[in-house]
Amino acid sequence: MTMGTKTRKKRLSMKDKYKYMTRLGWETTYQDMDDVFPEDTFEGIKIHDWEAWEDPFRMTMDAYWKYQGEKDKKLYAIIDAFAQNNGQKNITDARYVSALKLFLTGVSPLEYQAHRGFAHVARQFRGDGPRVACQMQAIDELRHVQTQIHTLSHYNKYFNGFSEWSHWHDRVWYLSVPKSFFDDARSAGPFEFMIAIGFSFEYVLTNLLFVPFMSGAAYNGDMATVTFGFSAQSDEARHMTLGLQAIKFMLEQDPDNVPVVQKWIDKWTWRGYKVLGLVAMMMDYMLPESPQSWKEAWELYFEENTVALFKDLERYGIKIPDCAGTVSAEKEHLSHQIWMTFYTHNAAAPFHTWLPDEKKMDWLSEKYPNTFDKYYRPVYEQWAKLEKEGKRYYSEMLPQLCQTCQIPMLYTDCENEDPMQVVHKMTTFNGERFHFCSDHCKNIFEEEPEKYVQSWLPVHQIFQGNCGGATLPDVLKWYKVEPGVDNFDYVGSQDEKMWKEWKGEA
Amino acid sequence: MSLDIKSVNIKPKRETFGHVARRIGEGKMASRYEEAVLDVQATANFHYRPLANPEFELYDVKKTAIVMEDWYKFMDPRQYHYSSYVIARAKQQEVAEQNFVFVEKRNMLETMPEEVKDLILNYVLPLRHYEWGANMNNLHLCAEGYGAAITSAFMFHAEDRLGIAQYLTRIGLLLSENDAVILSNAKQMWMDNGAWQPLRKAMEDTFVLKDWFELHIAQNVVLDAFIHPLYFNILEQELNSKGGSAQAMMTEFITSWNEECARWIDMTVKVASSESEENKELLNTWCKKYIDIAYLAVMPLAQKVLDNPEESMDEIKDALVTRLNKNGLNL
Amino acid sequence: MSKVFLALQAVEETRAIIEAIKEDNEHAVVEQQPAMTRVTAEGKLVVNAQTVSRYVGRDWDPQEIQLVLISLAGNVDEDYDHFTLYWEN
Repeated sequence: MTMGTKTRKKRLSMKDKYKYMTRLGWETTYQDMDDVFPEDTFEGIKIHDWEAWEDPFRMTMDAYWKYQGEKDKKLYAIIDAFAQNNGQKNITDARYVSALKLFLTGVSPLEYQAHRGFAHVARQFRGDGPRVACQMQAIDELRHVQTQIHTLSHYNKYFNGFSEWSHWHDRVWYLSVPKSFFDDARSAGPFEFMIAIGFSFEYVLTNLLFVPFMSGAAYNGDMATVTFGFSAQSDEARHMTLGLQAIKFMLEQDPDNVPVVQKWIDKWTWRGYKVLGLVAMMMDYMLPESPQSWKEAWELYFEENTVALFKDLERYGIKIPDCAGTVSAEKEHLSHQIWMTFYTHNAAAPFHTWLPDEKKMDWLSEKYPNTFDKYYRPVYEQWAKLEKEGKRYYSEMLPQLCQTCQIPMLYTDCENEDPMQVVHKMTTFNGERFHFCSDHCKNIFEEEPEKYVQSWLPVHQIFQGNCGGATLPDVLKWYKVEPGVDNFDYVGSQDEKMWKEWKGEA
Repeated sequence: MSLDIKSVNIKPKRETFGHVARRIGEGKMASRYEEAVLDVQATANFHYRPLANPEFELYDVKKTAIVMEDWYKFMDPRQYHYSSYVIARAKQQEVAEQNFVFVEKRNMLETMPEEVKDLILNYVLPLRHYEWGANMNNLHLCAEGYGAAITSAFMFHAEDRLGIAQYLTRIGLLLSENDAVILSNAKQMWMDNGAWQPLRKAMEDTFVLKDWFELHIAQNVVLDAFIHPLYFNILEQELNSKGGSAQAMMTEFITSWNEECARWIDMTVKVASSESEENKELLNTWCKKYIDIAYLAVMPLAQKVLDNPEESMDEIKDALVTRLNKNGLNL
Repeated sequence: MSKVFLALQAVEETRAIIEAIKEDNEHAVVEQQPAMTRVTAEGKLVVNAQTVSRYVGRDWDPQEIQLVLISLAGNVDEDYDHFTLYWEN
């Protein structure tokens, strides 16, 4: 085949050029396409034309290397400077560091899961467009877990509660909440994974995870985390557009996809929200300087911002997630109930908790006018009395966990305006009884009971003797949680002692 | 003059994370690479089995017949974690960019003989699909492999293949002055032309392999060790004397990439084979199998593009066997 | 109509982008926040490469926005000469 007569060089549009750079697949003939792509048809999602996929971002690899290289040079210069100058001395108070402990143990491992998960779907979809977009996210997520580890590495040198993050994520009781969330997404099919993570987590809920941690860092003098946060955000923008494109693509391909996608949106907004309970607690209780309350964040990032998004999706027949009502009803209670659980169970949790001081309680009164003074301040005042008497309250009991979200069943019935009543739902499967914190979690179980019976519930495991023994010291040893070092109240901790020395308050 | 910065003595309690210290030794400073990779992947207490593949856990050593006491023996000699990887590639892409600019500015493509252009368009450009297949395979390896050490290297390898496919596409578009018909022609060659079919078949057969380490051997260790030396070493040297030296300039990225990756690939063979006799035997079997497949699959292409195809292919095969034996095998 | 939204790091590289946005999008609202510049606009927001290039004094590639982007809301459309956010409702 020859060139023919000389033609004038055409200018390619970015859209066309990108298509040529990415549409490299072919219909296999020596092996069946269904054998080459065994996972993208079993979920009931019908795709008729993979070529209808619109690329959300159009970065070829050379541009990716160039811009990401530049971003990382800047980021690591700051991480180095922070370490060199012992920037950790400039935070508002060492209590803040427990928020970072929560991040490294609970969030960073999820970035790693996202990396492997997106690599998986990038191989499993038979359309070229989504495969390229998903693999870019896969490598981005590797960036995130590694930059987080590197940023927090410096804190680990001085503060307790960071060192065994990898060991803890697989074992410690409350960390099964984020872990099971992502295991759930990773074990689902590729389309559900995209709705769970690409859309529900990385689009709908992302601002409720990242903005609180990053603003929290900014308000509390943590330059390193702020910088990591900003640096990651431009990657997140690409991820958001991928999530949005993924859902639109699915919805546009076949009307039969709509109910499947709706069910996933409902499920995953709920599961994501449950994990975000940890963030709610962090925002309201763990930041010496609090930029925003959980209630404010939910109202801004979900109730306000998401309206535009779901209006956009209305024309496909998609409705706002069915849990929105429950979440809204819980918004003035969530953070308090979760903090109180960790405060009382701090013997078994490798970060510090403490009682809110007067200033913080007044802030909480202001932010939660309908609930804080009525339900929660009295309890804190009671606990403060106990502390003064040297009887700081630690629970000796293990809580019942919800079979689906794996959070202790501490949630009360806010939706029916009965916030003193713990919600307890049950169902049976194969002759065994299962317990749930809500109808939403119960429904998720009942849709796929064979899946959720597999849950590795930390409290069950302790009782079955699989976690080192029958006593708390046994379990802590198995956890690799050092008692008196990683756990218990901030007051009296090594972190506090060290902080006071640094500030000359020893 | 001495700077006496007034501060409390800030002494660190520990050098690094517990799992890292247990591996490298207490009190030792960890590298960024070590902290980024060691024990980052979960290993226990998974909650649900994959719906599509419930035979295995989410991360499962049983997904390959290769047995390792410790999957973190596969630490990358290049020490590529994300930032060192992208920074290295950013430098390399800048050089590649300058090469492309040079070729265009000097009108090197206009002076390239038509036969050379045709050879590149018909017998090199279709490799963009080969690279795409290698991208697919390395994504599979990243997803299914065990331990962050080897799987993060597979991630980088996957993105490199996409980058190479894109450089090849760019070369094609340059030669055709952006007439995209050459891309559909190249695809047609890949799909229908006799010389390309054995390679396409070999590649599609890799797409359904169950054992991921076997896939790594087939794709990264063996097939690439035929294709890349043939196309980006031998062929280009022959093209140099035929007026096709622009090609070597435009593929410089690929050539230096091969040299760099060899260190990592050799390590994977060495580490896996020195672990046990069983591993070694498995690797011997796989390598023998895929060397035979690759030889037969690539020969028709060699016959189309090289001056001395049989001689060159034997050279390539011998070089590979020597290299593998240096790394613990006995082929 | 729904608002599109763009948040950029408040660093030197952003200055030219913001000036260009203000010039080409009359309806855009720019808000300074700690370490961040927020832009909101009804329906659509266009960043023209040519305008930014004039403000920054060199050829500016819309993909450079990656270096300073924090967050966005809206559908994305990009080409060699622009970066656009829009909602379809």
